[in-house]
Amino acid sequence: MIEFNASLIEWSRAQFALTAMFHWLFVPLTLGITFIIAIMETIYVRTGNPEWKRITRFWMTVFGINFAIGVATGIILEFEFGTNWSNYSWFVGDIFGAPLAVEGIMAFFMESTFIAIMFFGWNKVSKSFHLTSTWLTAIGANLSALWILVANAWMQNPTGMNFNPDTARNEMADFWAVLFSPTAINKFLHTITSSYMLAAIVVIGISSWFLLKNRDILFAKRSIVIASAFGLLFAVITITTGDSSAREMAKVQPVKFAAMENHYHGRSFAPLVAFGAMTPDADTAKKQNFIFKIEIPNMLSYMAFASPNAFVPGIYDFTYGNSEQGILSFTERMEKGRLAINSLATYKTAKKSGEDSLAQASLAIFRENYKHFGYGYANAPEDFIPPVKLTFYSFRIMVFLGGFFLLLFIYFFWISIKNKVEGKKWLYLTAIFSIPLAYITSQAGWIVAEVGRQPWVIQDLMPTMAAVSKIETSSVQVTFWLFAITFTALLIAELKIMLTQIRKGPQNEGGH
Amino acid sequence: MFETMSLETLQQYWWIIISLLGALLVFLMFVQGGQTLLYAIGKTETERKLIVNSLGRKWEFTFTTLVTFGGAFFASFPLFYSTSFGGAYWVWMAILFAFIIQAVSYEFRSKPNNFLGQRTYEIFLLTNGILGTILIGTAVGTFFTGSAFSVDKMNLLNLTGSSNAISAWEGPAHGLEAVLNFTNVALGLAVFFLSRVLGSLYLINTIEHDEILKRSRRQLLLNSVPFLVFFLYFLGAVLLKDGFAVNPATAEVTLEPYKYMNNFLSMPLMLVLFLAGVVLVLAGIGLSWLKDSRKGIWYAGSGTILTVWMLLLNVGFNNTAYYPAFDCSLETGSAASQAFMQSSLTIQNSSSSHYTLTAMSYVSLMVPFVLAYIWYAWKSMNNKRISEQELNEEHHTY
Repeated sequence: MIEFNASLIEWSRAQFALTAMFHWLFVPLTLGITFIIAIMETIYVRTGNPEWKRITRFWMTVFGINFAIGVATGIILEFEFGTNWSNYSWFVGDIFGAPLAVEGIMAFFMESTFIAIMFFGWNKVSKSFHLTSTWLTAIGANLSALWILVANAWMQNPTGMNFNPDTARNEMADFWAVLFSPTAINKFLHTITSSYMLAAIVVIGISSWFLLKNRDILFAKRSIVIASAFGLLFAVITITTGDSSAREMAKVQPVKFAAMENHYHGRSFAPLVAFGAMTPDADTAKKQNFIFKIEIPNMLSYMAFASPNAFVPGIYDFTYGNSEQGILSFTERMEKGRLAINSLATYKTAKKSGEDSLAQASLAIFRENYKHFGYGYANAPEDFIPPVKLTFYSFRIMVFLGGFFLLLFIYFFWISIKNKVEGKKWLYLTAIFSIPLAYITSQAGWIVAEVGRQPWVIQDLMPTMAAVSKIETSSVQVTFWLFAITFTALLIAELKIMLTQIRKGPQNEGGH
Repeated sequence: MFETMSLETLQQYWWIIISLLGALLVFLMFVQGGQTLLYAIGKTETERKLIVNSLGRKWEFTFTTLVTFGGAFFASFPLFYSTSFGGAYWVWMAILFAFIIQAVSYEFRSKPNNFLGQRTYEIFLLTNGILGTILIGTAVGTFFTGSAFSVDKMNLLNLTGSSNAISAWEGPAHGLEAVLNFTNVALGLAVFFLSRVLGSLYLINTIEHDEILKRSRRQLLLNSVPFLVFFLYFLGAVLLKDGFAVNPATAEVTLEPYKYMNNFLSMPLMLVLFLAGVVLVLAGIGLSWLKDSRKGIWYAGSGTILTVWMLLLNVGFNNTAYYPAFDCSLETGSAASQAFMQSSLTIQNSSSSHYTLTAMSYVSLMVPFVLAYIWYAWKSMNNKRISEQELNEEHHTY
């Protein structure tokens, strides 16, 4: 039995969650607003109307403030794979490192080169070169998202690799399989388009504030028409890819899927709990744990496997096994995982001492059981059940608020083209309050993706306990608080600066 | 084209790229050096604004190069990533922290209602300039002097202990102990003063302001002297010390007298380029000081790139362990010390697989293209020196 340092694992996870969530406060706006700005500048260049330049520049200022802190919070994430998850870095570095390197070479340089022209080049380069730079900044930002999301998708659904027993690590076998895995495509599209929705909400919300204050009306109306069309278009893609993500998840991460639905007992014709409240002890009770729920019959079966009578396995089916459905229990998988680990150890010692036949026999056992490898590290089957409550609620927050934003886009777009935007105080207030809701939605999405896959760093192959670096818990605690305090201070600064700049409005755009 | 190359060739190719990225990073740390000169050269608010805006249009290149250096190192030599970052935790965290506070400082510094105040963001820039350069230099120093760590991949398969970590760092300082070795510190200080030299040269090149020009020249001279002292000390110490040699047949790591000097002598092209780099740095300083040239940054910059590039090639090529495992508390030459050294990282034992290096090599073909557009963008933004007048007319300033 392994005596894991549980507090080290928890603090390392907490630090990663803290830095990732802080980073994600700033990234989605960058991904979306750069395109909105590029569209606005295109209109300016095509029409030559200086009002559009004023609009472009105002949103560029908002973007600049947001971008700086996004960069600040981003650098730490890349290095944390090494500092806090050193075993992980070796075990899958052969695959995982590549997208990070491509991200730097292909995307970050593009973004950082052309952003300088975008901000400082108005009077230095031609109009068309400036416009190209704005588009390239947007493309660069989104390309960087592509590569890091490919890396993340690979952790959720490892593919395109082989385990090399001699180097004791996974090695890439097919770059294209990693890049074009269905998980990667879904994840990329869902993440960027939902970020475009967030950016559209921010633009509509801020514009609504101007309308509420009855100032810069033309600026606000023009911003709203662009943002609502942009948001509406991408909301449709977000919903479509969300649906295919769920189907993909039911296939490759069925435990996450079951946790997301608080689905303990597998069944056919499984209903979907559209909304429900869980008992306070729901995470430990593991039985009927809803206080109340509203169900849609057969919907879960349909959502997972596109068929109303499909069997959707529950958390218990995985924990205790379900021979009828051919599902192994966690306990059985733990045994097989240990067999894989031990036979690899035997292989390595046998090879060293020249016992070829023992080495080959052990290798065969290892290969047969490799798909259970990561299960061998845990001490109890319960270690493989992710936090159900958090995943369940986060998913619902994401879906309901996402649906609400869709309606908001439709309505704003409709009144924009009918030119009936003015004089709707309650609508403006709703749009302003939607800004924090959009951030909550975006974070909730990542909670579903990341908390729902616990304890896996790499699905089925490496749990967090086997991935963590050998450092003192106290070191991680110190850096955790250091980051928490610094990032919070920077966030406060960012919000204060942002609000001040917004209040100044597009009229006084130059004053900084 | 890369598929047919041997694993060894690909490992060397990637060591060349990593070393080049490292060299570019040291050059680009003129931004950090310039930041440390903010108060020394900028005596008035306007002067400081000019300096910050001049550096502020380049800080992202340094930052991005650091991030790309990390990503490329991870992709090509993942065992280094796993061992050094996880082990020398405090050094890397301190370096990262210094860069986190830099990223926002330019954008937030002069904005109204910025919570921490302009002075704080300027102190952040100073801190980044001092800590970033010294710590990165000190950390790279350990490539020559060694660190106390061990690597055992069998730990991954250990189901009875308390940790599965394949890499373990000795001692509680987690990398900070590197400052106890003066050779490391000398490199740290050499990088620090070099960044100030380059920073002065950059300000001379890009700002149209008489006082800033005068003070930058003075700072150039003031920092060139300690730079040369620490650099020559480091160089002397490294060339004369025992180095970490790898037996190509058995992969055994041993201490070899004058290893780094021998590397230069057995790779004469590298030696020539190294010396050419040193001459170019001196020429950049000399021309700016004696001939009032304003193009010194280009000489000293390209010289810096050549010098650092060749130094890093020296420590990775010719059967050398680039990240040596060395415990100075063990008696040098003893069996224990000898055994300890076997965890050292070489470009052979720490690299990615043939497939990954091949795939990444195709990606590396983009690098000249990237450099070309950076060059083009730089040129179109810097065709005129930055002046007070320009800042007054500019919409977006720091």
